[in-house]
Amino acid sequence: MTATTSSPPAAETGIGQSARRVEDKRFLTGRGRYIDDITLPRMAHAALVLSPYAHARIRSIDTAQALAAPGVLAVLTGQDARAEGLGGMPPLFMPEDMGGPKGHRTYRPLLATDRARCVGDRVAFVVAETPAQARDAAELVEVDYEPLDAVASLEDAMRADAPLVWDEAPGNRCCMVMYGDAVATDAAFASAPHVTRLKLQNNRLSANSIEPRGAIGLWNEADEQYTLHTSSQNPHGARSMLCSHVFKVPETTMRVISPDVGGGFGMKADAYPEDGLVLWASRRCGGRPVKWIPTRSESLATDNHGRDQLVEAEMALDRAGRILGVRARSAHAFGAYVVSAAVAPLNFAIRFIPSVYDVPAFHGVNVGVFTHTSPTGPYRGAGRPEAAYVMERLLDQAANELGLEPAAIRERNFIRPEQMPYATHTGFVYDSGDFGALLDRCLDLSDEAGLAARKADSRSRGLLRGRGIGLFIEQGGIFNDQMSLRFDPGGTVTIVAGTHSHGQGHATVFAQLVSEWLGVPFETVRYVQGDTDKVPFGRGTYAARSSMIGGCALRMAADRIIEQALPVAARMTGNEPAGMSFDRGIYTGANGKQVTLAEVARAHFIKAGPMAQLGAGLQATGTWNTDPPNFPNGCHICEVEIDPETGHVHIDRYSAVDDIGRALNPMICKGQIQGGVAQGIGQALHEHLVYDRESGQLVTGSFMDYGMPRADDLPSFDLRFAKVPCTTNPLGVKAVGEAGTIGAPPAVMNAVLDALRPLGIHHLDMPATPLKVWTAIREASDMARTHER
Amino acid sequence: MNVSLTVNGKPVECDIEERTLLSDLLREQLGLTGTHRGCDTAQCGACTVHLDGVAVKSCNLLALQAAGGSVTTIERIAAGDGSLHPMQEAFRECHGLQCGFCTPGMVMSAIDLVRRCPEPDVGAIREGLEGNLCRCTGYDNIVQAVALGARHMRG
Repeated sequence: MTATTSSPPAAETGIGQSARRVEDKRFLTGRGRYIDDITLPRMAHAALVLSPYAHARIRSIDTAQALAAPGVLAVLTGQDARAEGLGGMPPLFMPEDMGGPKGHRTYRPLLATDRARCVGDRVAFVVAETPAQARDAAELVEVDYEPLDAVASLEDAMRADAPLVWDEAPGNRCCMVMYGDAVATDAAFASAPHVTRLKLQNNRLSANSIEPRGAIGLWNEADEQYTLHTSSQNPHGARSMLCSHVFKVPETTMRVISPDVGGGFGMKADAYPEDGLVLWASRRCGGRPVKWIPTRSESLATDNHGRDQLVEAEMALDRAGRILGVRARSAHAFGAYVVSAAVAPLNFAIRFIPSVYDVPAFHGVNVGVFTHTSPTGPYRGAGRPEAAYVMERLLDQAANELGLEPAAIRERNFIRPEQMPYATHTGFVYDSGDFGALLDRCLDLSDEAGLAARKADSRSRGLLRGRGIGLFIEQGGIFNDQMSLRFDPGGTVTIVAGTHSHGQGHATVFAQLVSEWLGVPFETVRYVQGDTDKVPFGRGTYAARSSMIGGCALRMAADRIIEQALPVAARMTGNEPAGMSFDRGIYTGANGKQVTLAEVARAHFIKAGPMAQLGAGLQATGTWNTDPPNFPNGCHICEVEIDPETGHVHIDRYSAVDDIGRALNPMICKGQIQGGVAQGIGQALHEHLVYDRESGQLVTGSFMDYGMPRADDLPSFDLRFAKVPCTTNPLGVKAVGEAGTIGAPPAVMNAVLDALRPLGIHHLDMPATPLKVWTAIREASDMARTHER
Repeated sequence: MNVSLTVNGKPVECDIEERTLLSDLLREQLGLTGTHRGCDTAQCGACTVHLDGVAVKSCNLLALQAAGGSVTTIERIAAGDGSLHPMQEAFRECHGLQCGFCTPGMVMSAIDLVRRCPEPDVGAIREGLEGNLCRCTGYDNIVQAVALGARHMRG
């Protein structure tokens, strides 16, 4: 990933400027290197055999016909994997690893052996000379299934008589998390003048990065080394999982490369069975590389899904709308296995419910439940959208019941700036934020003053207009990481990143940081990521971590470079080290003599003579940790216009004010909000992964059925930033990557309900599709007519 | 089966199975991997190329259907000296791409749209790009890029 293209003048590449991206040229000219673009010599191709049943005993697998098919090199089954001692993949963490109660930890095998537990459970892996031959042969694998009863919905899975996904997990309970004080909260509710209740569904979603997943596995017999190319957000993480749990080999025997990755959104954050399958298949095929690329239909069935939550939430208030307590009982569908960081959304969905409000008493419980569906994992927002949605829906409902305006009830309950740092009942300490200012600014931005007139105008055209507010706070950053800076003999520098850019523009933003801190030309800064051979260690990118963790680790590395190079700078200028200072790429000594960092760097490569004893090379590594994380927050306001004849929800305007602390590149930050908002609107109006309740079949099996917003479904968004610097990291940054998905669903749904409430409709679940809205309007009108009689 | 066509100005002749899609021929046989596959139901538009001057979804055509025709892919859009086409330049200027996977298809659709409608307003652009999915950008910057690209293409 090299900075090679023609670049803007130096003045536009500093920190805080909207430097145009250095990575764009290869993408614009069709020269990106995504996984399916890679061809290796003698490469073979693989296809999966997936279970067509949501739950079935696998009685036998007959591979004879498939093996005899043209071009077939191997047909692998779960029994083969077990015979070779290949292990299964556990989740990254469970509540018990963090001191919570014990749950049932599953180990997902590369291929199912005796039981298929969801449609799309991997049953066999066919390798052939061409992709078409592999697919043709996959259809010839004869699997003798004995179908069993399945539960695809949360409600069904939690019933006492539900068939079990795992015999070891009674009640289909995987694990649970709990936060807050039940006693104090029960007391608050018992004496509260007003209580409002909601049962909400947070719809199951598919990340649907436009690039599907894919993997190429290569076993090098001569060196006894594995190489995996995989479309992943976290190559080092994939290596650890595969080496520790699947192949049980030292990590020194495996290289993982994530080339250009066409979107991830959390779905590509962790290893999948296919990553192990291609490596194993390559070994079985005498070291020929094996490539696996799914169809989109296969992706929809086999990708980790997002959300899928049911929650019963209650809010206790006084008559003036002041919150006295909040209570939530929630369940998240984990699917057939608990994988990846599935426990993260489970956790965040409860911990962020108090949100930006001063909640005196809180208690929340979330249970992870197994269902006969594809596993769920983190998807952009990862629990924070669930949390914000609960709070914002409760507030609007309470406001309506108490005769308060939606803005007013929120103003009454904000955590105020003078209360910072503010400790929540769920273990967070917010360092900064001015939520009242966000709301005021967004009300202004969205032209609140003109709302009444716009509602009247819509009415005159037979349409229903509504406005909704969505406020939130969330966490930026998780875990620690390292970033390195490495000079070369020519005096130019390379960033070696442990984070992973798959659209976020890291090559540009990190180069902005380094060129300003070290005073080196922006266009010569090289950027390397995504290869465990080139990057000693990293944790990849997800959880909106990179601006803080990557940026601050880079800051540490830059500081070390400046410090390390100082003695040579002193020697070169005839000064004592103590008297040296560094500013914008130049060392200055007490005697006034100066030398540039580039010159000093080059001096570190002199091979002989007095300077040579100062070392060979100039490089440094910095690390940063997420303790504490940062807390981005925002206010999103949406206005919709609904056609009662068709149920179609048109988004008339969308305004947002997001506090992202210091914006390192405002253009890229805005792009992140825009993308997140589009996905959030998708959740609210278009998207739903639907499994048939009886059979567990995935009904939304292709892009024909799974709707996503297109260019003509969305307006232009009116976005602003409130830059309240984070006080707990030296860059002052707060995350920006996931905010859009958190603010949009409540803003949109509250707008829809604001439009429909006059018709007697008080609740709708997402997505508010035309059919759902139209049906609700019809039912409400039938009910009104019934009452009239 | 043999199929002959012109791709990016050069005549090509390929030996293919009848079921080979145009996108497969471009990517596998000719190594033109800039045209991407994002779905299997012709919904995402990442595979958009120009066939005889008109934007088509190459995953939705058999290679045989392009026999005798002239195909232009994203690889041919930049100038011979490597400088970007005004539409490509506009996408970069307006941050109209993030992960880049939908981008070749978007650019091909955008150029076709502007050729048919040299001064498109925002509504016409949004409607014109309705066949191209993007999961990263939220489309706003893409719309601006197309408007800017149209202005530059008008000269």
